Amino acid sequence: MTAIGWAQIALVLAAIVAAAIPLARYIAAVAAGRVTFLAPLERAIYAAGGIDPARGMGWKAYTLAMLAANLAGFLLLFSLLRLQGLLPLNPQGFDGLSPWLAFNTAISFVTNTNWQAYSGEAAMSYLSQMAGLSVQNFLSAATGIALALALCRAFAGGGLKELGNFWADFVRMNLYVLLPLAIVVGLAFVALGMPQTLAPYVEATTLEGATQTIPLGPAAFQIAIKHLGTNGGGFFGVNAAHPFEGPSALATSLQIWSHQVIPFALALVFGHMVRDSRQGWALLAVMLAFVLAGTWIVYASEAAGNPLHLAAGVSPALGNMEGKEVRFGLALGALFVATTTGASCGAVNLMHDSLMPLAGLVPMFLIQLGEVLPGGVGSGLYGMLVFVLLAVFVAGLMVGRTPEYLGKKVQAREIKLAMLAVLVLPAAILGFTAISLVLPFATSSLQDAGPHGLSEMLYAFTSAAGNNGSAFGGLTADTPWLNTTLGIAMALGRFAYIVPMMAIAGSIAAKPKLAASSGSFPTHGPLFVGLLAGVILILGGLQFMPALALGPIAEHFLLFAGKTF
Amino acid sequence: MSTTIRRAAMLNRALLLRASLDALRKLDPRRLVRNPVIFVTEIVAILVTVLAARALAVGQDWTFQAGIALWLWLTVLFATFAEAVAEGRGRAQADSLRRARTDTRAKLLLRADDRSLFQPRASTELRVGDLVLVEAGDLIPSDGEVVEGIASVNEAAVTGESAPVIRESGGDRSAVTGGTLVVSDWIVVRITAAAGSTFLDRMISLVEGAARQKTPNEIALDILLAGMTIIFLIAVATLVGLASWNGQPPSVPVLAALLVTLIPTTIGGLLSAIGIAGMDRLVRFNVLATSGRAVEAAGDVDVLLLDKTGTITLGNRQAACFIPVPGATEREVAEAAMLSSLADETPEGRSILALARERHAMEAPALPDGAQVIPFTAQTRISGLDLVQGSYRKGAVDALVKSVGGQAPAELRAAVDRIARAGGTPLAVARNGQLLGAIELKDIVKTGMRARFDALRTMGIRTVMVTGDNRLTAAAIAAEAGVDDFIAEATPEDKLAYIRKAQAEGRLVAMAGDGTNDAPALAQADVGLAMQTGTQAAREAGNMVDLDSDPTKLIEVVEIGKQLLITRGALTTFSIANDVAKYFAILPAIFVASYPELGALNIMALASPESAILSAVIFNALIIVALVPLALRGVRYVPVGAAALLRRNLLIYGLGGLLAPFIGIKIIDLILVLLGLA
Repeated sequence: MTAIGWAQIALVLAAIVAAAIPLARYIAAVAAGRVTFLAPLERAIYAAGGIDPARGMGWKAYTLAMLAANLAGFLLLFSLLRLQGLLPLNPQGFDGLSPWLAFNTAISFVTNTNWQAYSGEAAMSYLSQMAGLSVQNFLSAATGIALALALCRAFAGGGLKELGNFWADFVRMNLYVLLPLAIVVGLAFVALGMPQTLAPYVEATTLEGATQTIPLGPAAFQIAIKHLGTNGGGFFGVNAAHPFEGPSALATSLQIWSHQVIPFALALVFGHMVRDSRQGWALLAVMLAFVLAGTWIVYASEAAGNPLHLAAGVSPALGNMEGKEVRFGLALGALFVATTTGASCGAVNLMHDSLMPLAGLVPMFLIQLGEVLPGGVGSGLYGMLVFVLLAVFVAGLMVGRTPEYLGKKVQAREIKLAMLAVLVLPAAILGFTAISLVLPFATSSLQDAGPHGLSEMLYAFTSAAGNNGSAFGGLTADTPWLNTTLGIAMALGRFAYIVPMMAIAGSIAAKPKLAASSGSFPTHGPLFVGLLAGVILILGGLQFMPALALGPIAEHFLLFAGKTF
Repeated sequence: MSTTIRRAAMLNRALLLRASLDALRKLDPRRLVRNPVIFVTEIVAILVTVLAARALAVGQDWTFQAGIALWLWLTVLFATFAEAVAEGRGRAQADSLRRARTDTRAKLLLRADDRSLFQPRASTELRVGDLVLVEAGDLIPSDGEVVEGIASVNEAAVTGESAPVIRESGGDRSAVTGGTLVVSDWIVVRITAAAGSTFLDRMISLVEGAARQKTPNEIALDILLAGMTIIFLIAVATLVGLASWNGQPPSVPVLAALLVTLIPTTIGGLLSAIGIAGMDRLVRFNVLATSGRAVEAAGDVDVLLLDKTGTITLGNRQAACFIPVPGATEREVAEAAMLSSLADETPEGRSILALARERHAMEAPALPDGAQVIPFTAQTRISGLDLVQGSYRKGAVDALVKSVGGQAPAELRAAVDRIARAGGTPLAVARNGQLLGAIELKDIVKTGMRARFDALRTMGIRTVMVTGDNRLTAAAIAAEAGVDDFIAEATPEDKLAYIRKAQAEGRLVAMAGDGTNDAPALAQADVGLAMQTGTQAAREAGNMVDLDSDPTKLIEVVEIGKQLLITRGALTTFSIANDVAKYFAILPAIFVASYPELGALNIMALASPESAILSAVIFNALIIVALVPLALRGVRYVPVGAAALLRRNLLIYGLGGLLAPFIGIKIIDLILVLLGLA
């Protein structure tokens, strides 16, 4: 590790937090309907959809509207991907996707996972990229934010029956937050050298005289929303490591900024909406602490280098550069790894498969902890609040009162629903991984034996169920078994979590909001931050320890004992 | 509840023996299913037992499996034992209560207006509304309301207090309890409770825990624990698939050991014991709650409504200072006041002597020979003493001024007004027919109340004084006592309205009361502490009854409620924090066969994989027994703010829970090695 490396990391994180503060104020204003500079367009959309934005929805109506929107999005995207061969804007003449791959990809983009079992430049027409994947990048992100806003409102008031209007939240987040940000960031990416064109791929003749096809496309703006919406589905197969998708260190820094700024801002939006900004800062502090810790472990493990390489005479000063982009270096690589997995983005600018074992553990573990650090846009905040309820419940009893959070009593119903939600990840991740590892037709997808092979499978289901979408690598994912099971894991990780979470919102909203007293459990300040971090580690992480011990942890000790597989 | 029970040892031999038998009885899976964590442990124990038996039958090595099975059974048994001990302590109290509930012959009146006409009727056959005559020497057959007569009643059977109390028709002392003894005179009682549902019956079933239902927080905690159990079931079950990818999956007993050490057996095993013990602590404190829910609500209380008289103040007025008129000295006033009170045996009179001694070092002389005592009468409102050296008088200001035949000096009138405004009572003092000054009598706030209210405030509880005094008086006493708010000139409706208003703001309210007109407020309050000496209506309306009839105990009731919740939270935190160390014991032991390098995780340097697994299981079982006393006694409650309390308990039970098993498992491993078992 170097000082300049840490300076890069600090600079990017400072830029994120600095921007999150005004952005949070703006998003809160949009959520309250106070931002109206696109009012005519907004009204036209409502009129076309027959929506009354002022009509409040209870948690059931809100959830059903969300599910309807997402189901429609899934069906549209599935049809588009199947039929892309017959549709225009297909200069390379790609065929429609196989049903398995279309199912997997459609679920993937609707759930904000953006797991890619395909390689963009070798399978997707420009129409599929723009009208299918890009559009879902916006819609799935807006869905997440809308749900988080509904939960914030539940904590903000007392005795509420309604959580806002899903359609209004959905439209406003797209129009006023995601679109403007994507335009600005997209322009910046164009300026930094990303292509944005509908021209066909370029044929080039290399110095040796060979012919090389250089893929192009409308990349810059899709990449902007891919990061802003923590989607992560790359335009090109190797994602942000591709020279057109990650042209420079500055571009990669801006990408990190883009996939962190909204999740961090949403923590502060929560503070604004419950009218106690300290609450938002406490959540942000927990998120930031995990991002820093994850970055540090990745950076330290990679900088220490691979003992086998060192033994072979590689300079220790280089660290482990296998699978890295020399343009970005270790520091920005480490920060990218921790942020893209902590934030449910899933874009990658280096090969996770080539990370040192303990460094490879970090992205896996950050996803397994529930994608709340800071998590996906919206999903990070609502996932974090579920953990907050559990933390408040466990430790809150220790102050001798029925636990309460922001004046809302945490009782049996909330705990039941929170535990249902928390069950989803271990069930989906561990269940599918364990089954896949004993099925020969599933293990044939694995590139490596031993603990590393286990990590490859574990990572895939972790990434899918956590709606992250990043790939570890070393796994042939485009098989009927993996396309189907990973698709199911993605749907479970998204919707099986959202439904109990929204039921919590409904239950919390209806409760009276009690005034705080010196007998109330303080939910800001370092003590609570530490407590929440501990509960996330213990309730969110312990169940994955046996699996991690057999994967990256075993690999770590084996590697340092000189054994590879 | 008699004093003998109060002194009963927390754990004695007979109780432990009976609890052990009960613990075995509770192993019945049909009963255990109510406790998901321990139920899963029992299923796993059965499974491992079968496997050990099979190994024995086919001649494989069975000792390790049998060892695991044995300690899994002990885990279950320790959990049921904890519950049995908690129940056993209540049962001992119930047995002594039951002795008071003997069948009696009641004298059933045939006509309401003629108490000479009655027929004997077994107390068990009485119906609600029946009128019975109870005379000196009779046991009162059932709960009821005195409708005629007055009698002294020995209620020791219920309260443990053997001094008889007066019970009479009308007023606030009309309730009688079945099983108590009329010592003198007679009363006619209208029966208000049928056999089997009397106060005594309710008490018995409450302390026995027979009617125990899970409280809201307990249910929520149960769900959390069940959820964690499922999560760890998933983690352990999937390990079979994960581990078979590269080597052999761990054997079933090993997986069973991992599962049982990870699921929260500690808190799962102690949860119901904590609840029962919480009720029991209240009972030992001579307060009966009608449900565990009420005890829990006590911990949540935000507002305490306290009656001024008897709760906040001593209830009798005491001399607070001497005020001279111009021309007299304070010392002269003190001396005259002292002498005029020499023969005054009332508390006010004694307090004047005490004040004179305290302020002016005047020792009251013995009553001199030849002194003539002028007693206080309602007509004169003056009392005093005629001595050789002169006559000394004290009395109501207007009466004394009139008797000396003069005008009160302006300074005296001002002093009198000031005293009245401050809620005190002024007395005038005269020597030889000449006004010297005034004595201020004040309602004295009990010592230590201000500190207790401060402590309540740091706990986030507001105290509200309820008094019939006027606003000014109430404000003065409220300021002196240090309460947060007061209700002056309070009517029962005012109390009810205040409670409703606080509840509408989302606060929980506790109050104590005894009179019939307190009943609506007692019923409305979240915690209504009725006095045993109060009316039947009040006792029915409240959800707790104080057998000592001391309204101040409301504060302790709140503390007991908090202690109950804290104990649950602390042991939950401890139990969950334990898991980290258990991983370090078991994971390397399980995987070391496939990956010997994972032995590096064995940071406790446990002797062998078998001893590591066994040590973790043994620790997991023994910690339940080790924590039984804490569960029964409750975590010590310190009245500090929530933030400080959380910091303290997180440190002890969170950090302690993280570290304790590392030490415990290592010690058990060393012992196993010493005994040659590993």
